[in-house]
Amino acid sequence: MNAVEIRDLNVWFGDGASRTDAVKQVSFDVAEGESFGLVGESGSGKSTVLRALAGLIPSWDGSMRVMNEPLGLKRSRQFHKTVQMVFQDPYASLHPRQTVDRVLSEVMHLHGVKDVDTRIEKLLRDVGLGPGFRFRYPHQLSGGQRQRVAIARALAPEPRILLLDEPTSALDVSVQAEILNLLADLREEHGLTYIMVSHDLGVVGHLCSRIAVMQLGELVEVLGVAEMRKLKAQHPYTRHLLDSSIQSVR
Amino acid sequence: MNELTSPSTKPTWREWLLAEEPTSRRQARAVGWYQGWLAFRSNTLAMIGLIILVFLIVCAIFAPLLATHDPYAQDLGQRLLPPGFQGNLFGTDSLGRDIYSRLLFGARISIYIVLLVAMVAPLIGLIIGTIAGYAGGWIDVVLMRITDIFLAFPRLILALAFVAALGAGIENAVLAIALTAWPPYARIARAETLTIRNTDFIHAIQLQGAGPVRIITKHIWPLCISSLVIRVTLDMAGIILTAAGLGFLGLGAQPPSPEWGAMISEGRKYILDHWWVATIPGLAIFAISLAFNLLGDGLRDVLDPKESGQ
Amino acid sequence: MSEQHLLEVDNLWVKFPTRSGIFDAVRGISFSLGRERLGIVGESGSGKSMTGRAVLKLIRKPGFIEADRVEMNGVDVLNASEIRMRQLRGHHASMIMQDPKFSLNPVMTVGQQITEALRAHEKVSKQTARKRAVDMLDAVAIREPERVFDLYPHEVSGGMGQRIMIAMMLIPGPEILIADEPTSALDVSVQLQVLEIMDKLVSDRGMGLIFISHDLNLVSKFCDRIMIMYAGRIVEVCEAGKLHEATHPYTVGLLNSVPDLTHPRPRLEVLQRDPAWREMPSVSALL
Repeated sequence: MNAVEIRDLNVWFGDGASRTDAVKQVSFDVAEGESFGLVGESGSGKSTVLRALAGLIPSWDGSMRVMNEPLGLKRSRQFHKTVQMVFQDPYASLHPRQTVDRVLSEVMHLHGVKDVDTRIEKLLRDVGLGPGFRFRYPHQLSGGQRQRVAIARALAPEPRILLLDEPTSALDVSVQAEILNLLADLREEHGLTYIMVSHDLGVVGHLCSRIAVMQLGELVEVLGVAEMRKLKAQHPYTRHLLDSSIQSVR
Repeated sequence: MNELTSPSTKPTWREWLLAEEPTSRRQARAVGWYQGWLAFRSNTLAMIGLIILVFLIVCAIFAPLLATHDPYAQDLGQRLLPPGFQGNLFGTDSLGRDIYSRLLFGARISIYIVLLVAMVAPLIGLIIGTIAGYAGGWIDVVLMRITDIFLAFPRLILALAFVAALGAGIENAVLAIALTAWPPYARIARAETLTIRNTDFIHAIQLQGAGPVRIITKHIWPLCISSLVIRVTLDMAGIILTAAGLGFLGLGAQPPSPEWGAMISEGRKYILDHWWVATIPGLAIFAISLAFNLLGDGLRDVLDPKESGQ
Repeated sequence: MSEQHLLEVDNLWVKFPTRSGIFDAVRGISFSLGRERLGIVGESGSGKSMTGRAVLKLIRKPGFIEADRVEMNGVDVLNASEIRMRQLRGHHASMIMQDPKFSLNPVMTVGQQITEALRAHEKVSKQTARKRAVDMLDAVAIREPERVFDLYPHEVSGGMGQRIMIAMMLIPGPEILIADEPTSALDVSVQLQVLEIMDKLVSDRGMGLIFISHDLNLVSKFCDRIMIMYAGRIVEVCEAGKLHEATHPYTVGLLNSVPDLTHPRPRLEVLQRDPAWREMPSVSALL
C-alpha cells in the first residue's frame, strides 16, 4: 500500500500579479515503511511540498492522499494522528516558555492519551533522553537535545508517517550522526514511513532508499539510492548536484 | 551557565530552587520563578522601583494606622498651613484638611484605579490583538479598523464621553479609561502575534490538531504578555493623570474623596502662594509613576525570552 | 624568522563574564599564520569563530581578550587603539562572515559599498575607484560587473552576494583574509565555486587565509594546514593532505560521523566525548 500519493501538486504563494509558483505539477508515491528523500537547492520547492502535505500551506491544488484518504483543505483529527513533522531548526520549533513536560503532555492531552506520566517517560527514553530532561526549558538544552524533544513530540501520537524537514542541517556533524542513527532506529522499531527533505545528499543517501530531485519547483528525477551511489543519474541537474557534493567530500 | 551544586546531600531550599534537573512540575515552575527573581534582583533600578511600589501599597493598606488626622475633617481655622506646622506633616489644604492623611487614603483610591485599569485595558487589547493577528483576513481588517477609530479620538475626550454616558464615579471612570486605553495594547499584541504565528513551534502544535482558541490562549498569550506588562507599567503615569483629569472635571472620584488627581486640581488655585497643596500629591503621582517605569524596565530584562535564552 | 609571519598569536584567551563566573570561550591557544591557508575546524562552541574575531579585536562587550602577544605585521594588536585597529582592519586583515545578507548594507548599491571600502583606506579619485571596483567584481567571476555595480544587495543571489563580499574585503589589498564559514549559507553547487574564487585570489596575491569552518572535508580541500579546536583549545594540528592520518580521537570521530554517499555504512559512528579532552593542554600551532 502507498502511504502517500501525490498527483499534479501545485503550490503557490500570493495572488494575482504577485503570485509565485513554488511547486509545479509534482507527482510521487511513497510506499508504506519506505524512506523517501526530497533533495534540491534552496528555492527548489522541496520544503514547500512537505509543508503543503502537512497542511501548513492552504494554497495548493492537485491531489494528495495519505493512507488512501484524500486530503482537503482542512485536516482531520485522524490525519494528525497519522502524519507528524520534525522541523529544521530545533531552536525555533520549541515554545521558549514551555518545559519538555508541558510540550509533551499537551500533545498527549490533544490526542486523548490516558496515562500521561508513563508515556512521557517512555517517549523520552525512546529518543535517548533521561527523565532528568523532563522538566527543563528549551534554553537549558543543546541543539541535539532539542531536536530529540521535537522528535519525541512528533512520535507522541504514534504516527505512521514522519515528515522530516532538514532535521539535522542546524546541528554539528557529530550530533547529526546521533540524530540520524536515532531516526534509523525509530523507523525500524515503529515501522515508520519517512519523507525527508535535505540539501545534503550524504544525509539523504544514508537514510533514504528512494530519492526525488527537485529543481525550480519541478521534480526532475526519482532514483534509487543504489543508482545514486553509483552516480548513475539520468538528468543533467542531478548529475551536477552529485558532482558538486562528491567533490566537497574529499 | 553551569550552576555549581555543593556536595551536601540534603538539598537546601536554594539548591532545590536552582536545580538543573527539576523532578516535578511544581519544582520546574518554582525554578523558573526563582531564576527570574534572581535576574530581577540584580537590576538595582528595578529593585528601587519595586521597593517604592511596595512602600506605597503598604502605606495604602495601613492608612488608618499611619494617618495623623481624619482625612475628611475640615477645620477652616487651620486652612493652608505650611508643611510641618502644628503637627500637619505636609501642611493642610484650603479646607484645613491634613494633606498627609489625605495622601495616605488617596493612595488607596489611586492605586485601586491604576490596578483596575491595568487589569482591564491590556486584557481587552490582548484578546482583540491576538485574535486579529492570528485569524488574519477580514477579521483582522474589521478589528484593526475599530482599534484605529478608538485611537483617533483624544483619550480624555473619549473617556469623558463614556463617563458622561455611564455616570460619574470611580468605577465608571476606571471603565472609561480602560475602554480608551486598550488600542495600543491591541496593536502590540497583534504585531507580536504576527511574528509568533509563523514560527515552527506554532506549526508544530497546529500539526497536533490544536484549535485556534487553544493556540491563542496557551501558546501565543504567554509570549505576548511580557511586552504588554512592560507597556502597562510604562503607561501607569498616563492612567493616573487621565484619572486625575476626570476627577478634575468632576467626572471621576467625587469630592471630598482624597484622590490624588483631584487633590492637585484643588490645589491649583493656590499654587503661587501655597505651593505644597498641589505639589505634594504631584510628588506622590511622580513617585508611583517612576516606580512603575523602573519596574517595567526591570521586567523587560527578566521577561524577554530572547534575553533569558542566553 | 618571525617577520615572515603575517600573524602571531601567543596564549590567547577570550573571556565572557556571566552571572555564574567567567566563561572562557577560547582558552590559551597559540598559532601563527604565514603566507598560507590555515583552517580552523571545530563544532559550535569550540571557540573557532571567537578566535577569528579576537585577532581583529571584534569581540563584543562584555567579552574581552587576554593574550601574551597578538602581533599582526609587527603591530601589537593588544595595545593598539581603536583608531589604529580600524586602519588595520581592511588594510591588513579583512573578514568575511557567514551570511552575505547580514553583512551587506541593504540601502547602498554594491558599487557604493565596494568603492567605499577602497576609499576608506586609499586616497583615490571616484573614477579610479569605480574602475578598480568593476575590475574586482570581474575578478570574483561576476558576469556583467558594470550592471552588478549598480544593483542593491537584495537584487543579487546568495552566491553572488558572497562573491561581492569577497571583492569588498579584498579591494583594499589586505594581507590576511579571515573567512568565517563563508559558504555555509550557500547551496552545495555554489559553495565550491565561491571557495575556488576565494582560493585563487588568495594564492595569486600571496595572502594568508584563515578559513573557519565546521566542515573538515571542505577545509582539507582548501587549506594547507588545519588546526582542530575543541572546547576553546587546539586539540590537533595537521597538514591538510595528511588529515586521514590524524590521530586525535576527536578529529577521527568528526571525520567518521559524516555520512558519505559513496561509502555507505549501516550506522554512523557516534563521537564519544572524553572529558579529558577538555583538560589536555592546547597544542601549539606556531610555525
